[in-house]
Amino acid sequence: MPGSLVLVTVHVPDIRISRPQVQPERPIPDAQKLAGESTSDVSAVRKFLLSRGNSSIADAVFHWLMVLCGLSIFAIVALIAFELVLRSQLSWQKFGLSFFYQAFTDRETHLPMFWDPVNEHFSALPFVYGTLVSSFLALLISVPLAIGLAIFLTEMCPLALRGPLAFLTELLAAIPSVIYGLWAVFVLVPLLRAHINPFLIHGFGWTGLFNDENPTGLGFLAAGVILAIMILPIISSLTREVMTAVPHSQREAVLALGATRWEMIRMGVLRNARIGIVGGIILGLGRALGETMAVAMVIGNTPEIHRSLLSNGSTMSAVIANEYAEAVSDMHFSALTEIGLALFIITIIVNALAQLLIWMVTRGTPSQVH
Amino acid sequence: MGVGIEVTNLNAWYGTNHTLQDINLNIPANHATALIGPSGCGKSTFVRCLNRMHETNPIARVTGTVRIGDLDIYVDAKPVEIRRRVGMVFQRPNPFPTMSIYDNVASGLKLNGYSNRRGLDEIVEKSLKNSALWDEVKDDLRKKSGASLSGGQQQRLCIARALAVDPEVLLMDEPASALDPVSTSKIEDLIFQLKSQYTIVIVTHNMQQAARVAEKTGFFLNGRMVEFDSTHKIFTNPSDKRTEDYITGRFG
Repeated sequence: MPGSLVLVTVHVPDIRISRPQVQPERPIPDAQKLAGESTSDVSAVRKFLLSRGNSSIADAVFHWLMVLCGLSIFAIVALIAFELVLRSQLSWQKFGLSFFYQAFTDRETHLPMFWDPVNEHFSALPFVYGTLVSSFLALLISVPLAIGLAIFLTEMCPLALRGPLAFLTELLAAIPSVIYGLWAVFVLVPLLRAHINPFLIHGFGWTGLFNDENPTGLGFLAAGVILAIMILPIISSLTREVMTAVPHSQREAVLALGATRWEMIRMGVLRNARIGIVGGIILGLGRALGETMAVAMVIGNTPEIHRSLLSNGSTMSAVIANEYAEAVSDMHFSALTEIGLALFIITIIVNALAQLLIWMVTRGTPSQVH
Repeated sequence: MGVGIEVTNLNAWYGTNHTLQDINLNIPANHATALIGPSGCGKSTFVRCLNRMHETNPIARVTGTVRIGDLDIYVDAKPVEIRRRVGMVFQRPNPFPTMSIYDNVASGLKLNGYSNRRGLDEIVEKSLKNSALWDEVKDDLRKKSGASLSGGQQQRLCIARALAVDPEVLLMDEPASALDPVSTSKIEDLIFQLKSQYTIVIVTHNMQQAARVAEKTGFFLNGRMVEFDSTHKIFTNPSDKRTEDYITGRFG
């Protein structure tokens, strides 16, 4: 039997003798064993594979399906932009660019007034102001905290604490913003009202930034604080990411020059990661600019401009959320949509810029060392 | 001018891994001393113990005595003070990519608060001349970043950065292993010139390099120092069989 012959020769160490006779036969008996057949010339596995087509149609279908998925992103963005532009035409035609800076005068009080749906006087200025003030306040509080947290986590934290702390920080980002709003209404606002605001008025009222005896505790400061907490995880985790991307050799280089730990972090880590950190901050700004629910719950929702951070105000996103469902006229509807369009453009630009900066660091350009 | 180094009963660990065992060694001042041995034998760990860089790793531990000059570095001083006196050059060039060439060289002094501008200018020029880089970079000291140089130039920049703080000891951890042959020979020439002014300890896996630049050579194996003697003796007539096997290429 050829089969038994092969089984013996495979184990013979000196292959030179058996190779010329056996090799052509070897694949067939092996495959027969595999397929459990004994007589056929072609194995079952080979037959099965030969029966398969080249799958060109399925592959093409798959290809175009994926292209469609990819292109859908463009379609969605374009549709949103188109819809916003279309529906804001009315207000754009009436007010033009002055929509973003004009002010009206109240007929009775003769005070400046910005938003009067009944008389169809619309100006986005107080909302732009409120958005900017609350967002920058949020950055002011959040950035030092986030960078400090990132430094602690990457450079100083005991390993056992690093995982839980990082996880908790990420968890903050996953909490729905309405929950933040609720927490702010029940905890933060009463705290501000009872303790912090009186202290600020008393101690820093002279700056003009804290001189409104607002009895509610709502306002720019409350919005800024809640936004700061919400953007903390974004800034912190991105800062951590770019700091981790800084090669260890940079830290050693600074240490070897006789640097203290802080000097090492400043010169070896922060300096190399700074572009990415700025990117993280801008990404946080993007989130703060667009954040709606929590802000709408604590900013007071009055279309006014005040210098005092303790005053009520409103933001672009908050006014849309509050008034869109109950818009009194087509012009009101159109003005709200135009605010939405402006917010859409701003956040796209801000986020694109942030991603660009982060990408510049994490792909390794500034820290590219041989 | 450099000072000598006296190592007594030095032991080092990474976690539970006993990477250096009972090292006793006297490194002479103002000479180049080479440390050779196969990968993982502990020679890098050894030089990292000389400027207390070893302990920057949280799982690392050291016992024993190291005297640099008349200073017992594990007793008399903080790591920061030691590292101001002991310069280090790493295996891979690590200039600061966001700093100009000038700022790279001046970084050690600026870090320690030295702010005399004319003094800095002089020191930067002298350090770059000492590291044989001056002629290649003098026209764009402030224009080009440290990362824009070639690998060999970056390593000489790192040497200049270490020299700028006028160290008493210069540690070099395989300074040429990431470089091409031309850059390597430049680094070797440099070591040859510098060793009359500084105490140089150079770790290398290249035995020819040790033979070319060093007066003394130590052979490390499995965390122990097998033999320490004049370079000539190590390479022509080693007293230990293991040293002979290594330098004749029987292992490693």
